[in-house]
Amino acid sequence: MTKSTDIPVIDPFEAALSVRAVKGRSPWEDAWYRVRKNRAAVYSAFIMGFIILLVLFGPMVISWESDFTDWDFTSSPPSFSSGHWFGTDAVGRDILVRTLEGGRISLLVGLVATLVSLIIGVSYGAIAGYFGGTADRIMMRIVDIIYALPFLFFVILLMVVFGRNILLIFVAIGAVNWLDMARIVRGQTLSIKNMEFIEAARAGGVTPWNIIRRHIIPNLAGVVIVYVTLTIPQVILIESFLSFLGLGVQEPMSSWGALVSDGAQDMESAPWTLIVPALFLTVTLYCFNYIGDGLRDALDPKDRP
Amino acid sequence: MTHDSGMLRHTLRGLLSLVPTLLMLITVAFFMMRMAPGGPFDTEKLLPPEIEANLEAKYHLDEPLLQQYFRYMGQIMVLDFGPSFQYKDWTVNELIAQSYPVSLTIGALAMILAFFMGTMLGITAALKQNTRVDYSLMGIAMLGISVPNFVIAPILILLLAVYAGWLPAGGWDWSVASMVLPVVTLSLPVTAYIARLTRGSMIEVLHSNFIRTARAKGLPESVVIRRHALKPAILPVISFMGPAIAGLISGSVVIERIFSIPGLGSYFVAGALNRDYTLVMGVVIFYGVLIIVLNFIVDLLYAWLDPKVRYDEKH
Repeated sequence: MTKSTDIPVIDPFEAALSVRAVKGRSPWEDAWYRVRKNRAAVYSAFIMGFIILLVLFGPMVISWESDFTDWDFTSSPPSFSSGHWFGTDAVGRDILVRTLEGGRISLLVGLVATLVSLIIGVSYGAIAGYFGGTADRIMMRIVDIIYALPFLFFVILLMVVFGRNILLIFVAIGAVNWLDMARIVRGQTLSIKNMEFIEAARAGGVTPWNIIRRHIIPNLAGVVIVYVTLTIPQVILIESFLSFLGLGVQEPMSSWGALVSDGAQDMESAPWTLIVPALFLTVTLYCFNYIGDGLRDALDPKDRP
Repeated sequence: MTHDSGMLRHTLRGLLSLVPTLLMLITVAFFMMRMAPGGPFDTEKLLPPEIEANLEAKYHLDEPLLQQYFRYMGQIMVLDFGPSFQYKDWTVNELIAQSYPVSLTIGALAMILAFFMGTMLGITAALKQNTRVDYSLMGIAMLGISVPNFVIAPILILLLAVYAGWLPAGGWDWSVASMVLPVVTLSLPVTAYIARLTRGSMIEVLHSNFIRTARAKGLPESVVIRRHALKPAILPVISFMGPAIAGLISGSVVIERIFSIPGLGSYFVAGALNRDYTLVMGVVIFYGVLIIVLNFIVDLLYAWLDPKVRYDEKH
C-alpha cells in the first residue's frame, strides 16, 4: 500500500458527519442479529442445510440404486464391507439411498403443501382483515366452523375418494392447513390497515386489491415467515402420518413416513430399517421447530424483550 | 345484567352455533364419500347384475343422490348410522358401541397424564428459568413435539416389550400392562406442548404486579406459586385443550394400529381402505361431534375460570 504524502483536505462537514453518524439498524437487521444470537436456531439451520444437501445430492453420489435388490445382502446390518453403510431391508435394498430419496418426497411435500396453505391463508386473511365488517365476520365464522372439524379425517377421506397421488397430497394437506395462517394474517392486517401509509395510499386512489397486494402483504412478511417455518414440519408430519397408515405416497415412491412404517414391520429382525429413516425424519422436524422458534423470538413484535 | 344470566346466554348462543358446524360436517363427509369412484361391492369377481342391483336397492344406493342425502340426515337425527357395508352382520352403531370405550379410555388417560405431567414440567422449568434444568427440560419437550407418535411407539415396543419383555407389545385386554405403552406414547406430544405453554405463561405471571404484591406481603414462595400464580398460569393450557383433544384423537388412529388395539381408529382406517361408506361416515361424525362438544365444554370452562371473560357487556 502506498502512503499518500499529500496533506488530506478535510471537509469540515463530512468530518462532522462521520463522527456523528452512528450506523442505524433496520428492523430486519435487528431480527437477523437476534436470530444469530440464538444458538439452537443457528445449529439447527446448519444441520438442516446439511440434510437438504444430503437428500439432494446423496443419491447421485452413492452407487446403489434405490430399487436395486441386492440378494447377497438381504436384511444385512450396517457395515462398511458390504457397501451398505446403513444396512439393507428385507429385499436387499440399500437403506441410506431409500431414506435419502424418501426425504426428497417428504421435503417436497413440506414445501409445496406449505406454499398452498400460504397462498390460501394469506389472501383469505388479508381480504377478511382489510374489508372488515360483515365480510370479515362471515369469513372468520367459516374458518371457525372448519376449525372445529376433525381435519385429518378429511384428508384421509380425500385420499380415499380421489386416489393416492402426490399432487393430491400437496393440495389436500395445504387445503386443510391454512386456517392458522388466515387467522394470524387477519389479525395483523387489522392493525396495519389503520396506519397512515395505508390511508395515504387510499387517498391517492389506489384500489383495495392493490393496497392489499402492494402495501399490506409485504408488511406481513415477518409473521408469515415465522409461521411458514412452523408449518413445514407440521406438513411433513401429516404426510408421514398418512404414509404410515398406508394412505400416503405409493410404491415405488417412498417417503420417510412410509419407510418408518416398513421399518416398524421388520424392526425385531432388522432394527436399522426403522432407526435410519426415523432419525432423518426426527432430526428434520426438530431442526425446523427450533428454527421456527428462533425466528419467532426474533420477528414477533409482541415478544420483543 | 348479572354475570350468571350473561353466562347462560353465552351457553345457549354457543349451543346454537354448534348446529351449522354439525350440518357442515355431515354434509361434507357425505358428499365426499359418494364422489368416490368404486363402490363398496367392487370385488375381484364381477357380481351378476341382478345381485348387484338387489344389493344397491337394499342399501338405497339406487336412489338419486339428494334423496340418499336426506334419508341419511333423517337417520342421523335418530342416531341410526345404518348397516356396515363391509362387516355384513353388523350395524355401524354396534361397531361404534363396541369400539369406542377402548378409544375413549386411551384418550382420556392420555389427556389426564399429559395435563399433569405437562403442567408440572412447565412450572419446574419456569421456576428454574435459564438454568440447566430449564434448558434440558425444554430440550426434551422440543423432542416430544418433534418425534412423531409412530416413531416413538415402535422404538418403545422394541426396547420395553421385545428386548426387556416388561410389557406386552400390543393387544388390549383392559389390563394396566396393556394400557401403559399406548397411553404414554399417545400423551407424549401433548405433554411436551403443555410443558412449553405452561413454562411461558408461568414466567409471564411471575413477573406481574400481583405476584410482586404477594411476595411483598411476605408470603412464602410456595404459597405464592400455589395460591396466586398457578391459576392464571394454567389458563392458556385450558384453552389449548380443544386442539389437544383433536390431536389425541388423530394420534389414537396411529396408536391403535401400531398396538393392534380394536378401537374406533382401526375401524376408521379399515373402513376407509374398503370404502365402507356408512362405517367411515359414522366414525367421522362420532369423532366430529365429540370434538365439537368437548371444545364447547372447554370454552365454558375457560369462561368460568378466567375472571377477565365476562359475557354480559360485550354482546
